[in-house]
Amino acid sequence: MSYDRDMLESMRRVEATRPARLHQTFPRLTPEDKQALLQKFHPDYRPESMRPLAVGPNAGDRVPHEVANLLEGVSRIDPEAFDLTRPDEDVDILIVGGGGAGTSAALMAQERGAKVLLVTKLRIGDANTMMAQGGIQAADKANDSPAVHYLDVMGGGGFTNIPALVRALTHDAPGVIKWLEELGAMLDKQRDGTMVSIHGGGTCRRRMHSARDYSGAEIMRTLRDEFKNRRIPIREFTAAVELVLDESGQCAGAVLYDMETGEYSLVRAKTVILATGGMGRLHVQGFPCTNHYGATADGLVIGYRAGAKMAFMDAVQYHPTGVAYPEQIVGLLVTEKVRGLGAQLVNAHGERFIYDLETRDTVSAGIIRECGERGKGVRTNTGMEGVWLDSPMIEILRREGTILRALPAMFRQYMRFDIDMRKVPILIYPTQHYQNGGLLITEDAETVVPNLYAAGEVSGGVHGRNRLMGNSLLDILVFGRRAGIAAAERVRRVQQKPLTLAHVRDYRRRVDESGKGTGIPAPMLLPDYARPETVARRHEAVRAA
Amino acid sequence: MAADSSMVRFFLMGKPHNVPKGLTIQKAMEYAGFRLLRGCGCRGGFCGACGTVYRVGSDYRLKVGLACQTVVEDQMYLAQIPFFPAVKAAYKVEDLPPTAETLISLYPEILRCVGCNTCRKVCPQEIEVMRYIAAAQRGDIAKVADLSFDCLMCGLCASRCPAEIVQYHVAILARRLYARHITKPAVHLAQCVAAIDRGECDADLAAMVAADSARLKALYNAREIEPEDLEAAGQE
Repeated sequence: MSYDRDMLESMRRVEATRPARLHQTFPRLTPEDKQALLQKFHPDYRPESMRPLAVGPNAGDRVPHEVANLLEGVSRIDPEAFDLTRPDEDVDILIVGGGGAGTSAALMAQERGAKVLLVTKLRIGDANTMMAQGGIQAADKANDSPAVHYLDVMGGGGFTNIPALVRALTHDAPGVIKWLEELGAMLDKQRDGTMVSIHGGGTCRRRMHSARDYSGAEIMRTLRDEFKNRRIPIREFTAAVELVLDESGQCAGAVLYDMETGEYSLVRAKTVILATGGMGRLHVQGFPCTNHYGATADGLVIGYRAGAKMAFMDAVQYHPTGVAYPEQIVGLLVTEKVRGLGAQLVNAHGERFIYDLETRDTVSAGIIRECGERGKGVRTNTGMEGVWLDSPMIEILRREGTILRALPAMFRQYMRFDIDMRKVPILIYPTQHYQNGGLLITEDAETVVPNLYAAGEVSGGVHGRNRLMGNSLLDILVFGRRAGIAAAERVRRVQQKPLTLAHVRDYRRRVDESGKGTGIPAPMLLPDYARPETVARRHEAVRAA
Repeated sequence: MAADSSMVRFFLMGKPHNVPKGLTIQKAMEYAGFRLLRGCGCRGGFCGACGTVYRVGSDYRLKVGLACQTVVEDQMYLAQIPFFPAVKAAYKVEDLPPTAETLISLYPEILRCVGCNTCRKVCPQEIEVMRYIAAAQRGDIAKVADLSFDCLMCGLCASRCPAEIVQYHVAILARRLYARHITKPAVHLAQCVAAIDRGECDADLAAMVAADSARLKALYNAREIEPEDLEAAGQE
């Protein structure tokens, strides 16, 4: 890769300070300093980036404009015209989303005899689960316990997390790891079978399990293989565009949209599980993002319209280490495991400026301060700014070969652009990564709408205002499994009334009355990356649907 | 050549498009006006949705790449293969012995490998595909698991295989057999789960749930941090 002179000069300074930094400890922030740093530099604290919602169960709560634009948008269907008397299919459980949460819910529900249908707007496995690199937390070592894990989760979330959810998360974690072991997921182990586990940001015990740096991919492809072995019914390239309720207000199915043929259909279900993932592709505040193509908050939109309440939707996670160079992969994730293995963050002068394994919100704020107020960032020839992540330290601290062995995906990502991270530091800047909040759930993954469940990134509460590394893969499996089990239990008792879309009509009326409607078709389904010139030349008479 | 030196011309399924230099194939297609559906997944090199085959100029050599990770070139002539028809065996991994016979009975075509190594040449992850198929024939499940670990299941190997092997399905079967039957189970994990099932963690967790914010903060700030173990990662 062709670095310009300033970058090369800065890289030399990083090299020069490396020997002194190798065994230097950098102090953690005090709780007071941490709070001050967040308030001044974390993007969530920019008041102009959010607005209060005009309608719905969270009316008055502030959320990012990008989220409000969709929640105050318009349905893709005409609720008056849609025929609800002839469902195309009847199932016990409709699962929307084919990532880790949806797939584990399907496995659990199918084992319990429920008739399941999984729909997903892309392919099964096209999900952030597949991209999670660093690992999954579980307190399964002798010096650790679910209660200690609980404390880390609460501290990471700024003590805002919902206690019952954190209890469920940490209680189930070792059981989830055992489930993966039995399914034949290749988690990193020592020869005697002991799980390899390291630290992540905000952990007080070495509790991070991994599968090299393909942790999420290994979990997802294993779950997907099992799902396919069991011949569970699935419709790929099919999105849910509205939830359907019955006349007593229970969730009772969904209107589906075939992304390829454009055909709409109706599935009646005794219960629905939303496992649609997060909102990375909304690009909050214009940030690049680490997320997969379909992360457009669809489940949040249709769930909210159906009456589900949200929590913590004003808390967005910016991952401290997104790629800032090379330009082609800007915004992609550099896993936290790189810091877990010993790489330090340093500024243009080769100086450390923050303890590397503070929680993600704090490290991101620290990097933004370093590049902004302190003016010690590195500027690239394409105008990006960032700080160095001194990856060569890993092989010095541990041993040669560690990067190839423990970070093959990272190594490959950079070698595709002729950057050898074993020899040179890599340039990073915070990138939008995760939706900390979402649809509020109980420990059985129920939303406030009867018979509507939510699991994984679409849900909110367990991580409070900030999630720790390794608790998202855990979250999707814990609550995906719980949702599948609870929904399968529930279907035996469901008494359904005639179906209705009155909630869609009423929601539309309230948006219109508020005068705040955006007219944007929602859910978004997929982002639009066409050039502005192309968009300006589109002349379809009807934009929606 | 594209007329402007800051631009390149590439051909998508034969049709030319002019785009700025330096974009990935995926972003070049979007620049050209396409709204992607098939052939676009994670956009970060993990999901295998965007396998692409191409030639450049008059070079007869066929090249491959992931559209999200490969920079578009002038005179690139490309097509995506977002899906390839493949037969997948259905099995219960817990009931299968980790042997060559298992692999061969579920995927007998692995014995038809002619050793052409085309699978290796078309793998965008540069995996030693033919070597792991050879290991599969011998029943060296651990070797298959290790060599195939970085597989994205994009399907390009199967698309070019004259023996009609679906290599990536053989590979995931081997990895699951390896992890389930060959590696030792984690003893500490089984003990921990048994203790949780007996309710031994419930009281401590209940105390945490009951603790008020001030108490939790005090406990949090007084946590003992386990020291780093520099030997821990990167092991077998």
